[in-house]
Amino acid sequence: MSTAIKPKHQRLVLVLVALTALIGAALLAAWALRNQASYFYLPTQMASDPPEQGRAVRLGGMVETGSITKQADGVTIAFVVGDGKARVPVRFRGITPDLFKEGSGVVAEGRIGSDGIFVADNLLAKHDEKYVPREMKDMSEAQARQAVKNTK
Amino acid sequence: MHGYANPARFLRLARLFTAPLLISGLALAGLALAWGLFGAPPEKLQGDSVRILFVHVPTAWLGMGAWSAIAVASLTELVWRHPLAGIAARAIALPGAVFAALCLITGSLWGRPAWGTWWVWDGRLTSMLVLLFLYLAYIALADAANRDGDGGSRIPAIFGLVGAVNIPIIHYSVLWWNSLHQPPSITMGKSEMAPEFLFGLLAATIGFSLIFGGVVLARMRTILADSQAEARLRRRAMEASDE
Repeated sequence: MSTAIKPKHQRLVLVLVALTALIGAALLAAWALRNQASYFYLPTQMASDPPEQGRAVRLGGMVETGSITKQADGVTIAFVVGDGKARVPVRFRGITPDLFKEGSGVVAEGRIGSDGIFVADNLLAKHDEKYVPREMKDMSEAQARQAVKNTK
Repeated sequence: MHGYANPARFLRLARLFTAPLLISGLALAGLALAWGLFGAPPEKLQGDSVRILFVHVPTAWLGMGAWSAIAVASLTELVWRHPLAGIAARAIALPGAVFAALCLITGSLWGRPAWGTWWVWDGRLTSMLVLLFLYLAYIALADAANRDGDGGSRIPAIFGLVGAVNIPIIHYSVLWWNSLHQPPSITMGKSEMAPEFLFGLLAATIGFSLIFGGVVLARMRTILADSQAEARLRRRAMEASDE
């Protein structure tokens, strides 16, 4: 009887095999979803694989510094969303969220027009993973870096 | 480990630890939340809404951690048939669900001022909502299985293991897919968070974890007491019918 496997070990092997199959299936599903489950298009994806004109999509990226301009009517703004490789001009009419600023992330909901300008119906500000106290905002870049280094 | 299969031995330890865990957890979490509300500075972009961080992030971590604990208990139940494993998993499910719900509620409250929306269907938010539904399903399933009598903890254990695939999906959702939710601020040995926020957050996390431990022990004692009372009633009913 020394060759017989203990039921405990048999169950362990069975559960491990089932778990491996399960994790494999989940990874495959996540891999298959990698395009569909994305919440927005990056400007690069917008350029390489553009959505149909007029289809409602979201565009996400950084608001380029110095690109926000206000139109004559006072409520329409134009800006450029970039990701370092591609740039998409955006037009939006309405109230922007508080965190909408040049140099920070944004997700624009809308559609791409025939003139290549993305017309947004709604703007969502994206917050990044950095948490910095407000006092540091007034320091120069170098001072802030020094302060962060000192407190690490 | 099977030394604690004896409920009397486990109960003695659980009785000893329940109150200290709850009291120290409440004290630490209270201090951390007071710091979050009154001590911590406003954040550069978010302003005062950053204070939600001290509830949102610990509850998110514990919501995911609690399901991981259910998965470990389920594995123990299926392979080693440890008598306390199923009880532990059932005791964990309710606080886990509360943490997941708190995480979703506080996240939504934060999202309105920060993002400009209460809710979006991006990868992170959706997978976290799925976790809450998994908890509710687990609680219903485990209760139903328990009512069916002995050996009823096998099916919830399988569900507990299967549901665990959602945990890495929640974690990686912000890295695999473009999402509105930001990527993790704290990764292995690195933090993008200023120390004012980081240490308060860690203290709150430890505090919430201690409370979680105390609640789980208290709930395990309740479940054990319930099953003992039920067994006694059944025995008395049998004796009565014999007469």
